[in-house]
Amino acid sequence: MAANALVLVETKSGKIKKTSLELLSEGHRLASKLGGHLKALLIGEGVQSLGRETGAYGASECYVADHAEFKNYNVERYTSIVVEACEKAQAEVLLATASSLGRDLLPRVAARLNTGMATECTTLSVKNHKVVGTRPIYAGKCFVDVTIPNTIPQVITCRPNVFESSKVKTPTEPKVISIGSEYASMPVKAKIVEIVAAKSEKPDLTEAEIIVSAGRSIKSAENFKIMNELAEVVGAAVGASRAAVDAGYAPHSMQVGQTGKTVNPKLYIACGISGAIQHLAGMRTSKVIVAINSDAEAPIFQKCDYGIVGDLFQIIPLLTEEFRKLLKE
Amino acid sequence: MKIGVCIKQVPDTATKIGVKEDHSGILEDNTKYIVSPYDEYALEEALRTKEKIGNSEVIVLSVGQKRTAEALRNALAMGCDKAIHINTEGQGFLDSHAIAKLLATKIQSESIVLVFTGRHAVDDDNCQVSQMLAEFLKCPHVTMVSKFALEGSKAKVERDVEGGAKEIWEVELPAVFAATKGLNEPRYASLKGIMQAKSKSLSDIPVTQTFAQDLTPKVLWSNYQMPAERKVGKIFKDEPAKAVKEVVRLLREEAKVI
Repeated sequence: MAANALVLVETKSGKIKKTSLELLSEGHRLASKLGGHLKALLIGEGVQSLGRETGAYGASECYVADHAEFKNYNVERYTSIVVEACEKAQAEVLLATASSLGRDLLPRVAARLNTGMATECTTLSVKNHKVVGTRPIYAGKCFVDVTIPNTIPQVITCRPNVFESSKVKTPTEPKVISIGSEYASMPVKAKIVEIVAAKSEKPDLTEAEIIVSAGRSIKSAENFKIMNELAEVVGAAVGASRAAVDAGYAPHSMQVGQTGKTVNPKLYIACGISGAIQHLAGMRTSKVIVAINSDAEAPIFQKCDYGIVGDLFQIIPLLTEEFRKLLKE
Repeated sequence: MKIGVCIKQVPDTATKIGVKEDHSGILEDNTKYIVSPYDEYALEEALRTKEKIGNSEVIVLSVGQKRTAEALRNALAMGCDKAIHINTEGQGFLDSHAIAKLLATKIQSESIVLVFTGRHAVDDDNCQVSQMLAEFLKCPHVTMVSKFALEGSKAKVERDVEGGAKEIWEVELPAVFAATKGLNEPRYASLKGIMQAKSKSLSDIPVTQTFAQDLTPKVLWSNYQMPAERKVGKIFKDEPAKAVKEVVRLLREEAKVI
């Protein structure tokens, strides 16, 4: 039996999100190993035209639920749509990004389909015709392999930034199939009545490729200005340690660590962060870690690739300037 | 109104986690346990809601081994009215699906209409039980709740999403709400509360005897591993200006991340 992989594709400002392109690519690799096809699912308003684009990543079919009522996330409608798409696509694997949407929606889908789920995987492989999802637990203090041996679809969310996105050599012309219109009029018990946009347009910590993060030694909320300047130059998101959040220097949405966000950037620059076990857990899967701290004995220096011992108020402006010069070249 | 709170006992976040030699699980000797931090926001919100609307009962539920009773006793000391311990002592691995089923059964039989949970438990980081529970209760859920207000039989809540944006949801009860940091400041149990807790009801219900559901896990966990250690990094101690130049050069030429 063909083992198809269905990828829930997310969009932002009329485009397919980069994290979804990564996942389509991984879905294509998995489907090939399993002897099935990659299929995609788009939900939203005005997303129909994006259906064809999934062909560049190897999708043979793209299911599209396009309606004004689907513009905003609605758990009841979206669950029904994903369940219908799984059935139509004969999906043995359902993949989504571990985003605000994926984390909220997929457990509900798994429960309705009476199947199991693996959360926030960082590696996927195939063994005995089943997907093995390797994932961090205890916020990254250790890892475990998760399999869903007896039920389908195997429902899996994956961390952003863990897969390479790559177009296939011979793009397909995916069959675009409209689904889900009947759910537009479905009565719902919960709905979004308003969306309050974020103050800045910076990338989210969980999706950012570069993060600059400050600890309590930043001393005030105003001093985050130097972090923002550095972030601006390298296109980074700004994070904070729990100590900085608890001191009121930064909101909780910026907290990196076991009781904040677990992040996975290419480059993590930790400024004035000593490296408490909970913080290290939340950022240890970063590809490259730079630490700046005035205390040469700080534990963070045991966990970094590059470290500078010194005062962050002196080092960060120098670093900003040096990056500016480099990126101008 | 009957308000339910689901909590989980987890290793203290300051705990160093070790893996068993045969990779079959984590080492649990000498571990100190706490209530998962996000569940404390759930507890606090349940208690505040009761204080606001009056004429309510807060029931705290937990699925876990014998030791879980401590966590429930503490929740009673904080002000919950009664506790239900679905005791899994001696039971093998239970997955999120099974735990959500167990909780749903009790929540239904207690006629609870408003349920709070934490956004996820900080041990397994599964982030599944709240949503699965809502599905089994056939009611809506909202996760990442950072603001909650009850308006009659509806709740108006804020949900934190990517990049610092917020969604405002209107939800008809019954419903499940998963709390995140920022929702409130959890209280500590008072001495009076601790004394009162001793006479409150804590029912211990062994899983095996009481529940008819099939609890066979749908997921299997194996091959527990410690993360790969990073090789020792290059640390620069003198001449900040020079160090900065060198690190930026290495980031481009050696690490190739910029």
